[in-house]
Amino acid sequence: MPRGKQDRYSSRVGEKLFPVSKPVTLTIDGKTVSAKPGSTIWDAAREAGIDIPVLCHSPRLDPVGVCRMCVVDIGGRVLAASCVRPCEEGMNVVTKSEKVERHRSMLTELLMSDQPETCPKESTTGDSELAALARAYNVDGSRLPRGAARSSDTSSKVIAVNHQACILCDRCVRGCDDIQHNDVIGRTGKGYTTQIGFDLNQPMGQSSCVSCGECLAVCPTGALVNKPISLPIVPRKSLKQVDSVCPYCGVGCSLTYNVDESKNRIVYTDGRPSPVNHSRLCVKGRYGWDYAQHEQRLTHPLIRKSEYYPRGPLSPEVTSSRGGEHRKGSHLVRYEDVLPAFRQASWDEALDLVATRLKGIRDTFGPGSLAGFGSAKCSNEEAYVFQKLVRAVFGTNNVDHCTRLCHASSVAALLEGIGSGAVTNTFAGIEDADVALLIGTNTTANHPVAATFFKQAAARGTKLIVIDPRRPDVANYAHQYVRLRNSTDVAFYNAMLHVIIAENLVNEAYIKEYTSGFDALKAEVQKWSPEVAEPICGVPAETIREVARIYGKAKSAITFWGMGISQHTHGTDNARCLIALCLVTGNCGRPGTGLHPLRGQNNVQGASDAGLIPMMYPDYQRVTNPEVRARFEKAWGVPLDPNAGLTVTEITKGALEGRIKGMYCLGENPFLSDPNVNKVRKALSALDFLVVQDIFLTETAEFADVILPATSYLEKLGTYTNTDRRVQIGRPALKPPGEARLDWEIVSEISTRMGYPMKYQSPAEIFNELVSMTHEYRGLTYEVLGSTGRLWPAPDPAADDGLQILFDDGFPTPNRRGKMVPAAFEPPRETPDENYPFVLNTGRVLEHWHTGTMTRRSYALNAIAPEALIEVHPEDAMKLGVHNGDRVVVTSRRGSITLAVTVTTRTHEGSVFIPFHFREAAANVLTIDEIDPFGKIPEFKFCAVRVERAPESSAAAAE
Amino acid sequence: MTFALSDERERTLQEILSRYPTKMAATIPFLHLCQEQHGWVSDEICEYVAKRLDLSAAHVKGVATFYSLFNKEPVGKHQVWVCRTLPCALAGAENVLKHCEKRLGIHAGETTRDGKVTLRTAECLASCGSGPMMQVDRDYYENLTLAEVDKILDRVTR
Ligand code: SF4
Ligand code: SF4
Ligand code: FES
Ligand code: FES
Repeated sequence: MPRGKQDRYSSRVGEKLFPVSKPVTLTIDGKTVSAKPGSTIWDAAREAGIDIPVLCHSPRLDPVGVCRMCVVDIGGRVLAASCVRPCEEGMNVVTKSEKVERHRSMLTELLMSDQPETCPKESTTGDSELAALARAYNVDGSRLPRGAARSSDTSSKVIAVNHQACILCDRCVRGCDDIQHNDVIGRTGKGYTTQIGFDLNQPMGQSSCVSCGECLAVCPTGALVNKPISLPIVPRKSLKQVDSVCPYCGVGCSLTYNVDESKNRIVYTDGRPSPVNHSRLCVKGRYGWDYAQHEQRLTHPLIRKSEYYPRGPLSPEVTSSRGGEHRKGSHLVRYEDVLPAFRQASWDEALDLVATRLKGIRDTFGPGSLAGFGSAKCSNEEAYVFQKLVRAVFGTNNVDHCTRLCHASSVAALLEGIGSGAVTNTFAGIEDADVALLIGTNTTANHPVAATFFKQAAARGTKLIVIDPRRPDVANYAHQYVRLRNSTDVAFYNAMLHVIIAENLVNEAYIKEYTSGFDALKAEVQKWSPEVAEPICGVPAETIREVARIYGKAKSAITFWGMGISQHTHGTDNARCLIALCLVTGNCGRPGTGLHPLRGQNNVQGASDAGLIPMMYPDYQRVTNPEVRARFEKAWGVPLDPNAGLTVTEITKGALEGRIKGMYCLGENPFLSDPNVNKVRKALSALDFLVVQDIFLTETAEFADVILPATSYLEKLGTYTNTDRRVQIGRPALKPPGEARLDWEIVSEISTRMGYPMKYQSPAEIFNELVSMTHEYRGLTYEVLGSTGRLWPAPDPAADDGLQILFDDGFPTPNRRGKMVPAAFEPPRETPDENYPFVLNTGRVLEHWHTGTMTRRSYALNAIAPEALIEVHPEDAMKLGVHNGDRVVVTSRRGSITLAVTVTTRTHEGSVFIPFHFREAAANVLTIDEIDPFGKIPEFKFCAVRVERAPESSAAAAE
Repeated sequence: MTFALSDERERTLQEILSRYPTKMAATIPFLHLCQEQHGWVSDEICEYVAKRLDLSAAHVKGVATFYSLFNKEPVGKHQVWVCRTLPCALAGAENVLKHCEKRLGIHAGETTRDGKVTLRTAECLASCGSGPMMQVDRDYYENLTLAEVDKILDRVTR
């Protein structure tokens, strides 16, 4: 049974405590109130606008009733705790009377008597709930004996614990267990020595705490507070609150930045209530914003000096992490190596140079010799103007972005199968599901807040089936975890389909009404009995049957997947299998069903929606469709390229072969993010002209002719579309440094200087143009989006939130049917052999983002996870003679890196895992640049490597 | 060495688990089984129990540290609890305790050097009519005289 499945404080407790089914009428402070079934007195009073003070309760938590601050008089012998007391018919409640107030005042005084001299919250954010009560009742506890000092714990990098200030209200325990489901906090001891404890009562910094900060967000006292990151923490009311959205992952959490305008600094962040995250955040959202204030921000346009030609990388090759003791800055591009090659220039000079050179290349070698890399970190507006620049001004469709590296294959399969690349249900939709497949997703690290919804669903009875060769932490909450061999997905899912069809667990009516291709699928999977699949995927035939039955028999089943499915040379085939599973069982278009590829970047959905892909205009309208093209030609007033453009990987190849001569990189760092970086290096050196627009000197910028200083996410207004298809507004919290300019302005300037004037006044104006060119965004405006955004499509955006569940009656395909496409099993391109005996799997860690440009400049994130580690299975570690912390050299046919080992059973024997964020041990030096034929996505998840002890590590051991 | 229940105790555990609607309910009896085998509840045991019952380590640690009958550190082969609550106190519990301390050469809460005996005080052990009293391992000794205490201590320190 998964953890949390037991009724501890699960939300069902409320229902059990209050099994009332009818509304009840009662009197509160003389007012007649009708209370919803099952509500407590506190809920009913709140509804009626009557405030009852609380300490252990918060509307975000299930009540436990341990503090007695919320007592009210219901005429009984004793006062009643309103937060846990159900309303009863005819009850007469008095929330304020002398008796009640005396009780509350005494309780406050007792609690205050043990508080530390200075409350850690009053002296920072200034909003301790206990201190507010103490002021209201005018008590300070000084009449009573003070308890002996309890300890404090500052071992966490971001959270300070003061046990003396703790009133044991249990809120943090419930925040950690029931909201985030991390289960780190408990209480230890008895009597006066009781205190909150982390795991086995370890210091917080050594516990399994993932620093999401939920505990301090719910703590009513100074016991848990943020440590300062950029500036000393000051009262919330002295700062400006900016409602925005987290810049990191595709979850797109709503948050509020507390900004000191005079110093142009964010001081701290709060989660914000919204349908996306219910005020929850993860460590990146809560603590990862100080990158924008980093001293290394680019502040002036830079032009490469003539003596630094021919172009090449400027910093020495770094292929080894320093085992924890970084030389200052060695984990970042070293500015002192790179900056001397550039001179500062005025915007005019830089922009003119860019425009002239790009125009020159276009006119001499043709439009096809230019290409643009946009970024999924940029807003919809920036994506839109950038693809417009490439298409209308460069005259080519060679425009792409990192979607190619994450979900291109999923999108290819979805477009082919169901006519739409977006998710058919939101991640929170899991709450209605009987069964959820979580495939190839390390959700707790990569979509942490979505993972909280998954864990919560599991606690309420949804069966999670986690399938992944590397055991993700979310498997701890699973009904079943299936470890299949790397890259054998098609065999496994075909066998699942085989069982579902053979045992007639299919939904015939659905297949008949809404699908096509069933016979072809049936013919293919016929060959894949579980016994045939078992030796290939390494999963016992019985387990395959069991999983197939659980999925096939579910009343509602939803499928989530991540890059474990997509980043393969057969990524599209993998996704086709998942779509087929969904279609044969009719698990689409109803609550608790659907297909949801978890989007990685905050705006990978939006950038794709806005047309930052080589074969499609905004809204997935094919560039090869003459009607569509005519519409865009008319709108943009220029003839457009009728052929699909090149993808990221093809552009790199084109540059190497001399076909691509000029390139514009906006916020993308292909040097670290693309496979086989040594090849990328050569490709970038081979270009005639490269302009890079970014906020820091990236590895890619070292090769640039011109570098343009851009604004960070935190400095600009724009819309971003999350994994759920929710379009939300990100608002500027800071002013950009130096002469850095807004990205859409820079693009417009270049366009204008290349002879195609773009005269936008604001992001809203661009957004409106984007909306006018799409079907799915229709009706959306900045006004309508407001504070929590809208899901697209939104048939009536003024009135409702948009459609959560799509395709309840057919698909947007020509015949309105979803197409099942059989997939034949193919092995990965480079399998282990004698010389390269290990499978290398790559991915991410909780604290870092993509190439680390932002997160490694964030104090907290870098402090928590400073170093790249390779995961090695204990058996392999024994054979290699390596232990935790030993350094190893990892070599593939393409290059080699050195990094430290962590021994773990998370990865299985014969397979190692390296996160790709770390430039000093860049996993992509090793990865293979083979691509999926449809999605053109590289095989990041599988290549063959050799692992050897690093020579210096044996020397260190000998000492 | 990693902790695991002996085969016999594992069978007992299975029987215990079958009694309750949730695994969580078996936390306390399970901890007792472990303590019986290992003498005290180590962090490793807390983790083991948490894992087997699908609970968080923090929760199990909380239970183990709340109840005084769970030993939080290694204890002697025998455990001697002297009741010190009012009825026993009136009957001379103080003297019994002092005598034990002297005989064993340790304070309450400590274990003899040779690891034979741990001496503790207890709150009311529900034998108030027959104080002073003490519990040695699983047995009660009531209406104690110092001579009787000596005999008992002779036995456990042997
Ligand atoms: S740390 Fe804060 S939230 Fe947790 S129990 Fe103590 S006072 Fe309550
Ligand atoms: S889950 Fe994603 S969007 Fe939410 S705070 Fe974390 S990184 Fe940001
Ligand atoms: S707020 Fe109701 S008992 Fe604590
Ligand atoms: S007081 Fe000693 S047994 Fe009750």
